[in-house]
Amino acid sequence: MAGKQTGKTAVGTWIGFVLIMLWCLFPVAWIISLSFKSEGETAAGSPQFLPKEPTIANYKAIIDNPDFTRALLNSFGISLIATVLSVIFATLAAYAIARLEFKGKRLVLSLALAIAMFPVVALVGPLFDMWTTFGLFNTWPGLIIPYMSFTLPLAIWTLSAFFREIPWEMEQAAQVDGATSWQAFRKVIVPLAAPGVFTAAILTFFFAWNEFVLAISLTSTTSSRTVPAQMSFFVGPDPFNPPYAQLATASVIVTLPVIVIVLLFQRKIVAGLTSGAVKG
Amino acid sequence: MAAIEMKNIVKKYGDGFPAVNDVSIDVEDGEFLILVGPSGCGKSTLLRMIVGLEDITDGDMMIGGKKVNDLAPRDRNLSMVFQNYALYPHLTVYENIAFPLRLANKPESEVDEKVREASKTLELDEHLERKPGNLSGGQRQRVAMGRAIVRDAEAFLFDEPLSNLDAKLRGQMRTEISRLQKRLGITTVYVTHDQTEAMTLGDRVAVLKRGVLQQHATPRELYENPANLFVAGFIGSPPMNFLPAKVTGNQVELPFGTLTIPEDKAAKAQDKGLLIAGIRPDHFEDASVMDADKVTDEATFNATVDVVEWLGNEAYAYIPFEAPPEVREQLTQLEKDLDGESMRTQLVISLDGASRISEGDDATIWVDARKIHLFDPATGENLTMDADNAGIVPGVEALAKAEEVGKEQDAVDPNAATT
Repeated sequence: MAGKQTGKTAVGTWIGFVLIMLWCLFPVAWIISLSFKSEGETAAGSPQFLPKEPTIANYKAIIDNPDFTRALLNSFGISLIATVLSVIFATLAAYAIARLEFKGKRLVLSLALAIAMFPVVALVGPLFDMWTTFGLFNTWPGLIIPYMSFTLPLAIWTLSAFFREIPWEMEQAAQVDGATSWQAFRKVIVPLAAPGVFTAAILTFFFAWNEFVLAISLTSTTSSRTVPAQMSFFVGPDPFNPPYAQLATASVIVTLPVIVIVLLFQRKIVAGLTSGAVKG
Repeated sequence: MAAIEMKNIVKKYGDGFPAVNDVSIDVEDGEFLILVGPSGCGKSTLLRMIVGLEDITDGDMMIGGKKVNDLAPRDRNLSMVFQNYALYPHLTVYENIAFPLRLANKPESEVDEKVREASKTLELDEHLERKPGNLSGGQRQRVAMGRAIVRDAEAFLFDEPLSNLDAKLRGQMRTEISRLQKRLGITTVYVTHDQTEAMTLGDRVAVLKRGVLQQHATPRELYENPANLFVAGFIGSPPMNFLPAKVTGNQVELPFGTLTIPEDKAAKAQDKGLLIAGIRPDHFEDASVMDADKVTDEATFNATVDVVEWLGNEAYAYIPFEAPPEVREQLTQLEKDLDGESMRTQLVISLDGASRISEGDDATIWVDARKIHLFDPATGENLTMDADNAGIVPGVEALAKAEEVGKEQDAVDPNAATT
């Protein structure tokens, strides 16, 4: 390859890269900038990008808001519990699907896919009725259960693909070395499927963290309302003039954990972990 | 350590595919047994039945005098080296070797001591903290062996452990395995399709075809007294030559001329019509490089050499010949059974490196007629086999049975080529 050619290509790549970054990150930058503007500045209708007088008053206000901190706690609790349970169930189910021969295997997989395709909104009515009857309305489990059922299919599909990639012989070797099926699963298969487990965990966490329709419909008080739902209650005194700065601040705060979690898990998702298991 | 006895072992898969048929093999305590055969002969299946990774359809598997048919792999206390090593990529070399000990909840001091000992034996000391992904093929192979020797297993099982290594490393590791087995004196069952490994490593070798045992003997017995055409063609490199032959008295008529064979051999092959003669390439020689008193007219023939491959210490000469259709059919089938391509019928002879025969020459070739074997073309049976020096031969019907099973296998799955 000639140097010039690669140079030109590199320039083109970078231009495209910058354009896409601008396109994706500009709204985020706008929200961050907005969160540092004072109430007066956002109401004045001055659309300049950088705040004239940067202030952290919005952050102070929102952290002092007990409704918001409670919602943040709910979000964390519900998302984490849903993620952990979903990943555990999905791991076991995916292992069975990838490794065992049983009747109705295809049915389970297609059913899982069908559930994933079902629109969430269509379930709001029935769920509302059921939850009020069962006493699950406005509780953590009332949100955790539907979140799990919506994320399990994707998690199962992702994980069973990972399990299929792991050579059968790994497990057989473990059994010959003296492991029970459960030990082989826990000590060899799960560590090898770690990238898949973390991928499934991230997907599940995001879904639960960002979900709005169920969160607004199946809760009535701050005792179980999550952040996305709680944010819709930030109306301020004038319904036609919502507190944009505060909304932006809340958005920034709910986005931070997501970024942190992605960065943390990304380290775990090491590609090619299975390389070296077999012949090279 | 323990002896392994296989009694009438049968393996039939769920779809009716008969992989192993009524195989009985005894492995003595401390013996190195090789299971050998072309792909699809059921040797790996048999090994996996010993270790417990495959269910046994019928027959008894005895380890140390105890029936283990229904025991899980972990309860059989055997260690196995897999074809592709099956190392745990998320663990270091140290932890890979320590894995069986950790599962057995051995105290840390014992684990450390045994792992160090195994790593010293296999010269893995400087790699203990590395992950398998960063090791070369030979090193991975040694780690897999370390994992096998670290605990006091009843027996070692190897499933084609060298097939992923390059030729040079394969030779080195072969010697290494042999040395290790001799030193530890542990019962070993080793699966391979490579006849060189079978000949060099094994105390005894079991040759399988289509899930049927053909012969179970020492390498020397297999080489000198093959039970049938299949074993004769499988053992030895380059393979044994098969020629159409007619026996009258003690005279054998071959495509190149007539030879005189010993009386006892001739007696076994009287009045059988057209036979197949088997002569190993190294039982030929260029008459001009031999002592004159050894060369007699009854043991020489003249032929035009087609191709010569000179290797320094020896040379291979190729002499094409025409075979009658009934013999050719049998030979084509044999080639197929041995995973080969059926090619022209030709004689391969091994000449002394000093031989000056070159391509196109009309050469005088001497044959060691005492070493000739005569096979029945219909059954493949070796008529001239010395039964006292042929190890265990399941009977003349073994080859015919393999044919039958082969047809059954093809009926279930025409593309089956699993080992």
